[in-house]
Amino acid sequence: MSVRTLPLLFLNLGGEMLYILDQRLRAQNIPGDKARRVLHDIVLTMFNKSFIEELLKPQELYSKKALRTIYDRLAHASIMRLNQASMDKLYDLMTMALKYQVLLCPRPKDVLLVTYNHLDAIKGLIHDNPPLLHLVDETFRQLIEVYGCLSAGEFQLIRQTLLTFFQDLHIRVSIFLKDKVQNSNGRFVLPVTGPVPWGTEVPGLIRMFNSKGEEVRRVKFPHGGNYVIAPKEGSFEVYGDRVLKLGTNMYSVNRPMETHTSGTSKNLASQTQQSIAPNPLAKEELNFLARLMGGMEITKPSGSEPGFRLNLFTTDEEEEQAALTRPEELSHEVVNIQATQDQQRNQELARIMGEFEVKDQPRWSASKGDDLLAMMDEL
Amino acid sequence: MVAADSEGPRDPGVRQAAPGAADVHWCALPFRVLLVLTSHRGIQMYESDGSVMVYWHALDSRDASPDSTQAVFARGIASCGHFICVGMWSGRVLVFDIPLKGPNIVLSEELAAHPASVTDIASEPAQEPDCMADVVTADDSGLLCVWWSGPEFKLLTRIPGFGVPCNSVQLWKGIVAAGYGNGQVRLYEASTGALHVQINAHARAVCALDLAPGVGKLLSAAEDTFVHIWKLSKSRESGCTEAAPLL
Repeated sequence: MSVRTLPLLFLNLGGEMLYILDQRLRAQNIPGDKARRVLHDIVLTMFNKSFIEELLKPQELYSKKALRTIYDRLAHASIMRLNQASMDKLYDLMTMALKYQVLLCPRPKDVLLVTYNHLDAIKGLIHDNPPLLHLVDETFRQLIEVYGCLSAGEFQLIRQTLLTFFQDLHIRVSIFLKDKVQNSNGRFVLPVTGPVPWGTEVPGLIRMFNSKGEEVRRVKFPHGGNYVIAPKEGSFEVYGDRVLKLGTNMYSVNRPMETHTSGTSKNLASQTQQSIAPNPLAKEELNFLARLMGGMEITKPSGSEPGFRLNLFTTDEEEEQAALTRPEELSHEVVNIQATQDQQRNQELARIMGEFEVKDQPRWSASKGDDLLAMMDEL
Repeated sequence: MVAADSEGPRDPGVRQAAPGAADVHWCALPFRVLLVLTSHRGIQMYESDGSVMVYWHALDSRDASPDSTQAVFARGIASCGHFICVGMWSGRVLVFDIPLKGPNIVLSEELAAHPASVTDIASEPAQEPDCMADVVTADDSGLLCVWWSGPEFKLLTRIPGFGVPCNSVQLWKGIVAAGYGNGQVRLYEASTGALHVQINAHARAVCALDLAPGVGKLLSAAEDTFVHIWKLSKSRESGCTEAAPLL
């Protein structure tokens, strides 16, 4: 499995989260300045310099639990609060959307274009905030540096790693069902029409050569699909036409956002079995989480700006009902980091935090360390 | 299915495969059949009834490049004669010498001809006296290497790639059949590396090729959801390979 997958997974899921939150904030008529505050705070946390640096180091993808914990933290990086049911639904929508995008990528390398589509849209959300824009552009440049020289084979492995992460997830999403890109059993529909990937020929031709390399015969055959040649290649620069539509914002204020979790249980039986077996990487995962969250600067809400609760459902009753009827297997257990009870882990955390350069932030003091541990205790 | 476990099995039976299990192959040697599994942890070989693990080769992550930007795994398994070949993330091909029976399996050679991770290995018994090729290895860069197996493997031909991974490879009557990431299936003359047939077979990456040696039918399966069957033959006049679509 590829060790270059985590940044793409994190940034794309983060992008989907911002699309959904943006839509819900407008649908729920949250005042413009509060909505803007939430989105900007999340982007600021997501693109924190040390955080991105940690992310870009070659490493294995960790468990679904660890990743879910990060998004819980990210969603609560500002003055907005989400109930468990809403957070569950948000995460379901994020993961299914990304699964769809990765699955339908024409070429493995196009996963990068999907990522760039998300980043382009994020820049649109924060266009009135130059320092934040600069931060996102910095990440853009680093991505180009890391992924620009990877081979097609490496991208194939990255895509395979991503798809393995999403294996057995078949939650039905209203928008997908309506657009007929997902079947009622939760499987996505793979189209057999449209442009072929850049670098692929339209199927249907056999060419035969003699031992001198001269073409001696051509035979056409019916392929079964209805493909056309790709018009042009998407841009991999910081600015450019991506051509690919996957990864762009599919939510407008009026589009439905329901998910259907009933009836998906039988496929998750194997998944639950796996999670019971002891995970030898558990300690590594926790250290990694601690490092990432140590890099995440959480802006504490100032006293004058009260928080608010966002609901991913249309009514509070619906949200309550969803919490009660959620199938057992889909319950995302958030990792409980009992940092204060473990002496060794305390030392590890303290060492990691010591590694972060903090000369630009005079706020740093021993109390910040306590804040971090306290934050983890709340999870 | 027998599981891939980190320390080796404690008892036989069916267990879940480790995440990222990469490859599995029945190796039908002339005198015994072994089940070979590869994963990111190592290479395991079992007796054909899964009862006993006869060999375990751990993949040492320290073997990886110093800046550890590559994942460690084994991929691509084939048997030829009394050898079993297994491909590695580094591009190396491990050649194991298999005894008539028992666990005395020895790593006899490491072939270093691929600059990129090995994707697949295919073999067939050597055909005519003048056609010695019996193993072909493929990698992520699309490079194909044709070998003659023996106490020391000999590299016969290199067929360069064109920037696209070769995901699957087959060998039949001195013909190399290769399936690529851009949906093409190509047929080459194994001894010379000459391209004889190029099929724009699929709209997405070819995942797997299979071949029915008795009748010369080649099956290609790809991510575009299609499966095709091709009839391979050698032209009487030119001796060149031809392919015709059957399905």
